[in-house]
Amino acid sequence: MLQSDRRDFLKLTGLAGVAFTAGLFPNQRARAQANDFHFVQFSDTHWGYSGPANPDAEHTLEKAVATVNGLARQPDFIVFTGDLTHTTDDAKQRRERMKRFREIVSALTVKDVRFMPGEHDASLDKGEAYKEFFGATHYTFDHKGVHFIALDNVSDPAAKLGDEQLAWLAADLKQRKTDDRIVVMTHRPLFDLQPSWDWTTADGAKAIELLMPYSNVVVFYGHIHQEHHHMTGHIAHHAANSLIFALPAPGSQPKRAPLAYDAAMPGKGLGTRDVTMTDKVTLVELPVTRS
Amino acid sequence: MHRRTMIALLAGSALGAARLAAETPAEIRISAKKFEFHPNRVTVKAGQPVMLVLTSEDRIHGFKMPDLGVRTDIVPGQETRVALLPTKPGSFTFFCDVFCGGGHEDMDGTLIVAA
Ligand SMILES: [Cu+2]
Ligand SMILES: [Fe+2]
Repeated sequence: MLQSDRRDFLKLTGLAGVAFTAGLFPNQRARAQANDFHFVQFSDTHWGYSGPANPDAEHTLEKAVATVNGLARQPDFIVFTGDLTHTTDDAKQRRERMKRFREIVSALTVKDVRFMPGEHDASLDKGEAYKEFFGATHYTFDHKGVHFIALDNVSDPAAKLGDEQLAWLAADLKQRKTDDRIVVMTHRPLFDLQPSWDWTTADGAKAIELLMPYSNVVVFYGHIHQEHHHMTGHIAHHAANSLIFALPAPGSQPKRAPLAYDAAMPGKGLGTRDVTMTDKVTLVELPVTRS
Repeated sequence: MHRRTMIALLAGSALGAARLAAETPAEIRISAKKFEFHPNRVTVKAGQPVMLVLTSEDRIHGFKMPDLGVRTDIVPGQETRVALLPTKPGSFTFFCDVFCGGGHEDMDGTLIVAA
């Protein structure tokens, strides 16, 4: 996407966002514009959380839904990269949270919505309740020539993909050409972002190894409650903001405690993200603006 | 019956194995429960072998100390033993890495290796 297009796009959305563009599909030539599309990423909504890190927790998700519904250019689809709900030991309450979460997001204008679990949703019951409400925890789909792969690194409470899922990934990748465009979505970072804060996936390196032969791979994830961009070789990894509270930059302080709520700027550090797929990947961070 | 798990951490030195065998390591017992380790601050001396004896009072937890390359499960009803020969002085974080509920993110502690 050219600079000028990007400005137009920002105008179209009518939102102040921060755009991030990179040649993330470096080995692709410009493609026919007919196949260009965009999707929106929500992450870490933690429905059911209450605490000082977000006194507005009961409304933030609704506001984000309204914000995305207000986009002039509606996305082709929406993805949620995990921690839909905040954890609870009570299996009944877990299901109530999932039910209410699903009701709130059903107000999204776009009806093609894909979910992924986070450890808060799935780690205490190995994804049992999650599957009742949202279906499979790992899956693939194709959209306008791009192959999407959702990976589950949370149903195992030890934050593993597991050999079975890795074999499934390997089999799926075998069907791709090495220059196919591939988007991986998952909850936790697949690489060792900050091991002392457990910002890793125990066997994430194995997934990255399987992806390395493919020249056009980009990864979207959540879990760390902040925008973050990192390369492992030619593969870009983009973490999304949360919709509940922001966490500190990796290693910036001794503990990964939530950043304090700023009453003067509610919604600071929270938001969703628009991802435009052309021959490049363009990210626009969307703050929560609607009430 | 207690199943004992032994992880020998040689701190990057082949000599470590010999020393570990020669000296009886001091035992340090750490128990885990939702959502804390007790004690959560442990001080050891650099160059002295220690044996961490890890137990759980309620459910499975994890024990991970990335700086020293330690990671193990802590299973209730077992003593999980981790042999350590810390050589580098400093303070090293350990934490639970098996998601255990609402306070999981705060379940951590510090190993201080004194010079
Ligand atoms: Cu989260
Ligand atoms: Fe998470």
